[in-house]
Amino acid sequence: MRGESGPEVAFEDRMATTEFRVAPGAHITIDGDTCRGCTTRECITACPANLFAPMADGGVLFSYEQCFECGTCYLVCNEKGAITWNYPVGGAGVAYRRS
Amino acid sequence: MPTERYDAVVVGAGPAGSLAALVLARAGKSVCLLERGPYPGAKNLYGGVVYGRVLDAIIPEWTDEAPIERWVTRRVTMVLTKTQSLAVDFRSAAWGAPPYNGATALRPAFDSWLAGRAEREGATLVTSTTATKLLRDPAGRVGGVSTDRPEGDIESRIVIACDGVNSFIAREAGLAPPLESAQCTLGVKEVRALPAGEIERRLALAPGEGADFEILGGTGGVAGGGFLYTNAESLSVGVVLVLDDLARSGRRPEELLAELSGHPAIAPLLAGSELVEYGAHLIPEAGLAMMPKLAGDGILVAGDAAGMCLAAGLFLEGVNFAMASGALAGRAAAEALERSDTSASGLSGYAKLLQSSFVLADHRKLRRAPDLVMSERMQRRYPALLCNLAEELFTVRNPEPKRGLFELARPARKRAGLRRRDLARDAWDIWRTFG
Ligand SMILES: Cc1cc2nc3c(=O)[nH]c(=O)nc-3n(C[C@H](O)[C@H](O)[C@H](O)COP(=O)(O)OP(=O)(O)OC[C@H]3O[C@@H](n4cnc5c(N)ncnc54)[C@H](O)[C@@H]3O)c2cc1C
Ligand code: SF4
Ligand code: SF4
Repeated sequence: MRGESGPEVAFEDRMATTEFRVAPGAHITIDGDTCRGCTTRECITACPANLFAPMADGGVLFSYEQCFECGTCYLVCNEKGAITWNYPVGGAGVAYRRS
Repeated sequence: MPTERYDAVVVGAGPAGSLAALVLARAGKSVCLLERGPYPGAKNLYGGVVYGRVLDAIIPEWTDEAPIERWVTRRVTMVLTKTQSLAVDFRSAAWGAPPYNGATALRPAFDSWLAGRAEREGATLVTSTTATKLLRDPAGRVGGVSTDRPEGDIESRIVIACDGVNSFIAREAGLAPPLESAQCTLGVKEVRALPAGEIERRLALAPGEGADFEILGGTGGVAGGGFLYTNAESLSVGVVLVLDDLARSGRRPEELLAELSGHPAIAPLLAGSELVEYGAHLIPEAGLAMMPKLAGDGILVAGDAAGMCLAAGLFLEGVNFAMASGALAGRAAAEALERSDTSASGLSGYAKLLQSSFVLADHRKLRRAPDLVMSERMQRRYPALLCNLAEELFTVRNPEPKRGLFELARPARKRAGLRRRDLARDAWDIWRTFG
């Protein structure tokens, strides 16, 4: 699906413009307990793909499928060991066409 | 894939890696160019403009062959406040003809072309394969890489890490400490489709010619900048955000981008265009201050992996620095292979080659630029000062008579929260940094 004109595209439509070849397993994982104790939770707003969702119990839910593999999350997270960050398996992940 | 053996493995088929592989192959060495993406460029979002003159000596026919979108003949340097803009709008007819200056290009096409050139010289390109760790001999020197393919070890006498800003390979080799958020900015970009004729009409360009807008301010209080580039049938518009500032601000990247896109000076250029791709990528911003050790036993580092991107406010040049450093790494590696000495000292020719090229000369010259450009005064106060001054100067307040520049400067300076001695100090800083 293509985005509408104008900057006010819904976030899902924005993400739908980019191709992701989703791997069967997650390349990034987060440690739920560490995140529940995190006071900054800066990953939630800084991730350009909006993949970190705050949960009611104070934890964070992460989904890997539409990740740009940029590195922002592991750099801004100041809780050691909260994020295990790898590249997706070869051939998988984001596949830019026009960037 | 059974264990294979090459003279050299190059990790990453971006501009650094493809040039390293091309130069090695041309020198008669066997070289494997490894890329984790399904095709070169699949992961390499950038602005962008490619400054290709470094290719003149290596691929003389590049201006005819490379997948160029438009030749840039118009460069606009712009400062923004919420409601104002002030720009230096430079045009050069010379840039529209050989030898050219900058060209807009899309990285999937450009990087694939460049990797294809390395293949034509004899390099073996292997895509959809991630290097997962370094192979080492009992003495600890690097002797190839493991990959995520079954039985995917690749042995080599030398590894060149061209794996981009996050470079896990250079870090595993112990050449660089962990990457820090303070060394990076985040680029967030939209590609927006618009017919070629409409782009040329809106930006006042001749067919095939392109425009490059570099923007300071307009990033909603988060330190950074913006850009707008014309491709053949699309516009690339993006923001570059200081990572720590973004994280602390609690603002969303796409919101900041929407703010820039909605600015009265930018919105009319984008009106009616269709979003066709969205993405993000880190930029290594710290220049000299973040450069790793360039060589270890059996390994070299080039391009963004070595922090060689020049991100200095007025300039955002990484592709040319990557191509140049990659080519020099390839040359130093080929020479070391000839001498059968691929130890760190046998590879030390690489650092010398870089020292005498524009790569390190420019980084040395502009070593103060990253801090200066991201400073609070450059980010917020000067855009306001310049815009306010222009507004005062050009607003006709009849029946009041005109006031002189000097008379206007004082209140404009005060409104921007700047003291006279700040101006003097910053003028000196700017002179020292860019002079
Ligand atoms: C928003 C933005 C705007 C920019 N604008 C410009 C511009 O206008 N002009 C300009 O000149 N520069 C610009 N740059 C900078 C430029 O994009 C980089 O400096 C340049 O791409 C660096 O080239 P490289 O070959 O070193 O690394 P990259 O282009 O990052 O290539 C690294 C390659 O290595 C691969 N790789 C990584 N790890 C592995 C692994 N383990 N195994 C296998 N493969 C791996 C990646 O998939 C990738 O293909 C911009 C950057 C950004 C983010
Ligand atoms: S990933 Fe890091 S920043 Fe995000 S919630 Fe967990 S600990 Fe906090
Ligand atoms: S790598 Fe980038 S896009 Fe992926 S989860 Fe982390 S911040 Fe989000």
